[in-house]
Amino acid sequence: MNYNWNWHIFLEPNPMGTGTYLDLLLSGLVVTVKVSVLAWIIALVSGSVIGVLRTLPSRTASWIGFCWVEFFRNMPLLVQLFLWFFVLPELLPRSAGLWLKQLPNAPFWTAAIGVGFFMSARVAVQLQAGITSLPRGQKQASTALGLTTVQTYRYVLLPMAFRIILPPLTSEFLNTIKNSAVAITIGLIELTGQARSMQEFSFQVFEAFTAATVLYLLLNFVVVTAMRFLERYVAIPGYITGK
Amino acid sequence: MTMIGSFDFDVIRRSLPYLFLEGMRFTLTLTALAAFGGLVFGTLIALMRLSSYKVLGRIAGFYVDFIRSLPLVLVIFWFYFLVPYIGQWLTGASRPITVGAFASSLITFIAFEAAYFSEIMRAGIQSISKGQPAAASALGLTYAQSMRYVVLPQAFRNMLPVLLTQTIVLFQDTSLVYVLSIPDFLGAASKVAQRDGRLVEMYLFAALVYFVISCVASYGVRRLQARIAIVR
Repeated sequence: MNYNWNWHIFLEPNPMGTGTYLDLLLSGLVVTVKVSVLAWIIALVSGSVIGVLRTLPSRTASWIGFCWVEFFRNMPLLVQLFLWFFVLPELLPRSAGLWLKQLPNAPFWTAAIGVGFFMSARVAVQLQAGITSLPRGQKQASTALGLTTVQTYRYVLLPMAFRIILPPLTSEFLNTIKNSAVAITIGLIELTGQARSMQEFSFQVFEAFTAATVLYLLLNFVVVTAMRFLERYVAIPGYITGK
Repeated sequence: MTMIGSFDFDVIRRSLPYLFLEGMRFTLTLTALAAFGGLVFGTLIALMRLSSYKVLGRIAGFYVDFIRSLPLVLVIFWFYFLVPYIGQWLTGASRPITVGAFASSLITFIAFEAAYFSEIMRAGIQSISKGQPAAASALGLTYAQSMRYVVLPQAFRNMLPVLLTQTIVLFQDTSLVYVLSIPDFLGAASKVAQRDGRLVEMYLFAALVYFVISCVASYGVRRLQARIAIVR
């Protein structure tokens, strides 16, 4: 291999004047974390609503839930980001479209919303599986006790279902982090994007990508460890994961 | 809704041959070959993972966990720059070899999907009861024969719906070759969109095409799943 390795490159100043190349990558990591957390909040909130809708006896509710999931699951994430970023502002009334286009940091917000809704379809399916995995008696007992539907979900079904689906939710959160890299296509300079710009400025391709890889692995490790603590903390006694 | 009036259907009609004969052909060929390669290598990785040689299992496990913790976009960039050097190393050439866009993305997707397919095949192999390989070896079949004739065909059939669902995901993921400016279906749509200044029409049309294909394919998988469930 006639590739010139230079591991000191990380300590050399970057051409943006924002410190070293390492600082450049770390600033990308911060963007990745921010956009993933925001997207995850959007995915959890909208995914939970849709997941609950899919378990309600109402025809309309489950129809809405079905359409939502099919819509966001059957298009590539990249295409969805393009729809949010390029198409939506044109379809809105002129003034609203202009406002959207001139929004500062538009790629960031678009990425958070696009990745968030994309992931919400998966959260919804997981939550639905969690709720339907509960014994029928739980819902019947709540009804017998005089709880309304809202109370049944709030105090009985959801606290159980969320604990059960915690492990798959962890991998969906990891997927959210990974999917945030797709936002490079709408101009968001996150971790992969910064590794790309470092490669373009310094020509040290493999050092840049190795560093990005290590940072993604670290991020994964932190999330997995934190979720394992959370799982142990909220475990239900008597279940396999319980104390 | 000011846009609907000025919606230009003609730009879609004019670019249909380019979109489908070049773009969609690239996308479908890449999907099919990557799914096949991913399945072959994924099965090998699954066999390594389940083998009684601990070292093989460790290596396979490390590869799968490693690939699965990285974003596909980053893996695409990695291979795009790395493959010419690997080619140089393999062929003993004096400089990094040039690899075409299609070959580069095919290698990337096979390496990436092998990690995901291997987890599916591992689950499939583990779903076969222990009595079957035991009976096979009692009949005098070697390890290779028992895998080839007894375990893998059943594992493959049990996991067929999951494998096909993963292939639909792969079909959608191939759109990410966009980052290398390769004219797959989305890349072709994007080229026309930017050339003619018709982003709205082209991206909506691309979204519709992906949506219809994925919907029909997942409906087919659901039907298949129901049929297999009855047979069992």
